[in-house]
Amino acid sequence: MSICISTYCSIRNNQIKLNGEALLTKGVEVPFNEFIKSAYDLNASPYLKFFKMDDLCKLAFITSEFLLKNRKLSEQYGAENVSLLFANTSSSLDTDINYYNTVKDFASPSLFVYTLPNIMLGEISIRNKFKGENAFFVFEHFQADFLCNYATQLIQEQKAKTVVIGWVELLNENYEAFLCLAEETPDGTELTNENLNKYYNG
Amino acid sequence: MKTVFAAQGNIISSLGFTAEENFSAMEQGRTGIQKFTREDFLPFSFYASLVDDGKLNEKFSALNNKQNFTRLEKIFILSIADVIEESGLDIKAGNTLLIISTTKGNINLLEEENYGGFSEKRLLLSDMASEVARYFGMKNSPLVLSNACISGVLAIITAQRLIRSGQYENVIVSGGDLVSEFTLSGFNSFKALSDEPCKPYDAARKGITLGEGCGTLLLTSDENLLNNNDKKIIVAGGSVSNDANHISGPSRTGEELALAVTNATKEAQCGIAIDFISAHGTATAFNDEMESKAFSVAGLQNVPLNSMKGFFGHTLGAAGVIEAVVTLETMKRNVLLPSQGFQNSGVSEQLNIITQREKREVNTSLKTASGFGGCNAAVIFKSI
Repeated sequence: MSICISTYCSIRNNQIKLNGEALLTKGVEVPFNEFIKSAYDLNASPYLKFFKMDDLCKLAFITSEFLLKNRKLSEQYGAENVSLLFANTSSSLDTDINYYNTVKDFASPSLFVYTLPNIMLGEISIRNKFKGENAFFVFEHFQADFLCNYATQLIQEQKAKTVVIGWVELLNENYEAFLCLAEETPDGTELTNENLNKYYNG
Repeated sequence: MKTVFAAQGNIISSLGFTAEENFSAMEQGRTGIQKFTREDFLPFSFYASLVDDGKLNEKFSALNNKQNFTRLEKIFILSIADVIEESGLDIKAGNTLLIISTTKGNINLLEEENYGGFSEKRLLLSDMASEVARYFGMKNSPLVLSNACISGVLAIITAQRLIRSGQYENVIVSGGDLVSEFTLSGFNSFKALSDEPCKPYDAARKGITLGEGCGTLLLTSDENLLNNNDKKIIVAGGSVSNDANHISGPSRTGEELALAVTNATKEAQCGIAIDFISAHGTATAFNDEMESKAFSVAGLQNVPLNSMKGFFGHTLGAAGVIEAVVTLETMKRNVLLPSQGFQNSGVSEQLNIITQREKREVNTSLKTASGFGGCNAAVIFKSI
């Protein structure tokens, strides 16, 4: 069996697409907060921690909910074998700026905790009981080759049985999320730079 | 699979500008933590470990560079330049990658009017890393890792994987972070800052002391880059895990850090035959307690252990690399350093915390880290 992309999900331009198929579309004039709340409502699985999250985590969380719906990866592979490999351009800068604006009056601990990009991985791990390898990288642009090689190496060296690969970017109302699941399966598209780029762009 | 050697290292901190200077200061029992009154940082006095600006600018101007760099970029450049010079590595010829490990990068620019005269883009970690790489004329784009307080250890693990699989011959891992109003106010808002120098694992510990600086370590598959007089040390294993419990509080059981440790020792094939642990030891109540449980679960409760936070403070994205460089010096010199600030155990499980400098053969070491987001990392260094 080869390592394949078994499923993928993107959120951009106020549209959620799962495996290329649109699940929710809103006009581009709808602000992010409103859009992501309708996405949460559509997901139909209540999770109150969502409302405490910053925008970056909300975006990552919702994308992961749609990606992993109907899957129980921790049960299937073992919690320690599910890995998260994420990256973006702006790290947590959107929340960094929001947090820093509170410092002169009353520094907000609930914002400060979100001034690290890997908190996304923590939130998704808590929700799904993932305990495996996790790493967050920062790139100027989406780097299919690095993500593809790193995920492949994790699976080949038996450090993970499945890897959620993620690109989740958000700064000043500009946002984009793309998540896919890499695992050894007979039916899926082979995990290659070309295919990862194709799904990311698609 | 290639063997991955740990070659030269550098540390820039309040204790010095080379690994040698830092280790000597630690051997003499000097801490870099001092009391500061800086109203631009906090409205009250605080303890921290800060890099001396006078020395920094003096060393940097000796490079005769015309371009304008931020304070953190200067620290990165000086640290990396020292490692390149010491190793004789030709960064333009070989297949060399730079990995930058940082949590907040140039975040202090937010605190300055007009971003201190720099472009707003300089707040982006990739932009900062590119400026540093460009200074050295590196061909490959740098890789930036930002994974809270495990960033440095994770950067070493990532480097090991990239070299072992043959993707790069040499990786320079450089971890750096500053103390700023941003970080001080944040940890203060959590009530996590200690009002005295931090005391990891101690019964009277009161929380974190922040520190700043940079650690740089050259990892390579090329044995020719190693110093002939030194022990040959390899990166023998590494692993990462997540608590899946809480975003700002550690695991209640320590099982997940223990999982990372056990996976790393399996890869290194060393079992529990470990001579020294450089632990995370932030001196918060919950972190130190979690670590004591984790080492107990992993069967390592009798291994001599220290936290270096009492010397450097918590240097965030730099911590893993700085502490790894000190760990390598510990192995090369066969000298165990005490856990600065520790007197009486304040954790529930037994730990063998080092209380005085001791000459002892150290051939296998474990370096661990844990951080916000529930992340844990462990790496094994082994002399061969």
